[in-house]
Amino acid sequence: MGRHFDNELRDLKFSLLAMAGQVEEMIDLTRKALKDRSDAQAEQVVNADQQVDEMELRLDQACIDLLALRAPFASDLRLLASTLKIVPELERIGDHCCNICRRAKLLNPQPSILAGDWLERLGDETHSMVRRAVDAFVNGDADQARSVIQDDDKVDELYGTIYRELLRVMLADPLCIERASHLIIVIKNWERIADVATNIAEEVLFILEGVNVKHAYLQGPSTND
Amino acid sequence: MEIDARPPVPEPLPPVSEPAQPIHDDGAHAAKDLPLTDKAVLQAPHVLKAEQLSLFYGEKQALFDINLAVRKNTVMALIGPSGCGKSTLLRSFNRMNDLIGNVRIEGRVLLGDEDLYDPGVDVIALRKRMGMVFQKSNPFPKSIYENVAYGLRIQGVRDRAVLDEAVERSLIGSGLWEEVKDRLHESGLGLSGGQQQRLCIARALAVKPEVILMDEPCSALDPLATSRIEELIFELKRDYTIVIVTHNMQQAARVSDFTAFFWMGKLIEVGLTEKLFTNPRERMTEDYISGRFG
Repeated sequence: MGRHFDNELRDLKFSLLAMAGQVEEMIDLTRKALKDRSDAQAEQVVNADQQVDEMELRLDQACIDLLALRAPFASDLRLLASTLKIVPELERIGDHCCNICRRAKLLNPQPSILAGDWLERLGDETHSMVRRAVDAFVNGDADQARSVIQDDDKVDELYGTIYRELLRVMLADPLCIERASHLIIVIKNWERIADVATNIAEEVLFILEGVNVKHAYLQGPSTND
Repeated sequence: MEIDARPPVPEPLPPVSEPAQPIHDDGAHAAKDLPLTDKAVLQAPHVLKAEQLSLFYGEKQALFDINLAVRKNTVMALIGPSGCGKSTLLRSFNRMNDLIGNVRIEGRVLLGDEDLYDPGVDVIALRKRMGMVFQKSNPFPKSIYENVAYGLRIQGVRDRAVLDEAVERSLIGSGLWEEVKDRLHESGLGLSGGQQQRLCIARALAVKPEVILMDEPCSALDPLATSRIEELIFELKRDYTIVIVTHNMQQAARVSDFTAFFWMGKLIEVGLTEKLFTNPRERMTEDYISGRFG
């Protein structure tokens, strides 16, 4: 298992990064579809999802093949095990983008009911978390992965604020209920994407340090030794 | 109003900054964080210990200050590249190195509380307490029955009922009984390679050893026979403590509770097998088990 396996792992990482790049492109288009009220961009996102699904299948197979044929240990094993978890997380982000864009197409023809730039900020924060989680993977940067995990609280807070604002709008004007309902689904999907970015960051920490930080409140201070 | 009832995200864990653990520590200090099965093996008492053990072949030092403790009813795998000292250590445990001239030992090897290198130790009696299985199966050119009964016969046991019971018990213990019970008096050399190896294990079991030492016991066997031996090791640890030398990383991972990695006569790292193979403490261990050197 020497250099040839290293090349195979490098190819796997490149494929994972290609998938992450495609997903980031979908996030970017989703933000624009909302901001510019563009049906065309929303449609582009929905159409891109199939490519992400195909990448998921290819990466799944590549991981299974390497696990079966190379029987890896230590950091190689952690990389493969975590890639098997990161890949469906990325695919899930694609699905959330599609959900947002489907709602965007319903919202685009109607007047806005949400004042300010709350929705843009939620999209920006979430996109930043995904980008940094992927960067942490690429650069092997545990601190960056930890910062992503911390930032999930910010997105949760933003989500809560917008959610309460939408409830207020609905109570004030029942004619807004349909649009507000679509928007609640939009913000819920952004919030879920941030959760997924957190999951990816947790996997990056597992790859780098062998520490499982998931559900840390169950685990006590350290499980590494 | 908030529909999301997830628990608050806890603070990220601080980086691990505990002082380095002594290399002979097998992970017991972290038992509170481990699954129940791991806790059980970590609570087992030590039965076999090397303490500051160094071994010299003439001027050449083959083992350097080894501290290693093997827990009762567990399997300890010794891994490392060729020439790293793992087989030398295994042979030190039953003083087989005594058979080579010009060997000098420093430090101690303890079986229970007894120092195996104490001048007063009866080496023959010691070897009864330590069964040994070698790389190549080595049945005697005798019947299956006599192979298993051999150890008892040289101890002077003549009672047929005692011998019959020991042969049956040992062959059952080695998983061979069903295959040979109708041909106990045929030659042991007529068995397949895997069966011969299990016959050798039965021969070791007959004298009721406390510890079984295995030196690459599956390296000459096909995958099916290897699998049977590995299953057998799993069964045997209920009654015995096992130390196994293996070059096969997957085998070490499959059969052992603890793994010790050696390099150039030094013990680099020892720990719970699942920890060592998923997140070793030492870079050198990582490189070896990942196939990057050795």
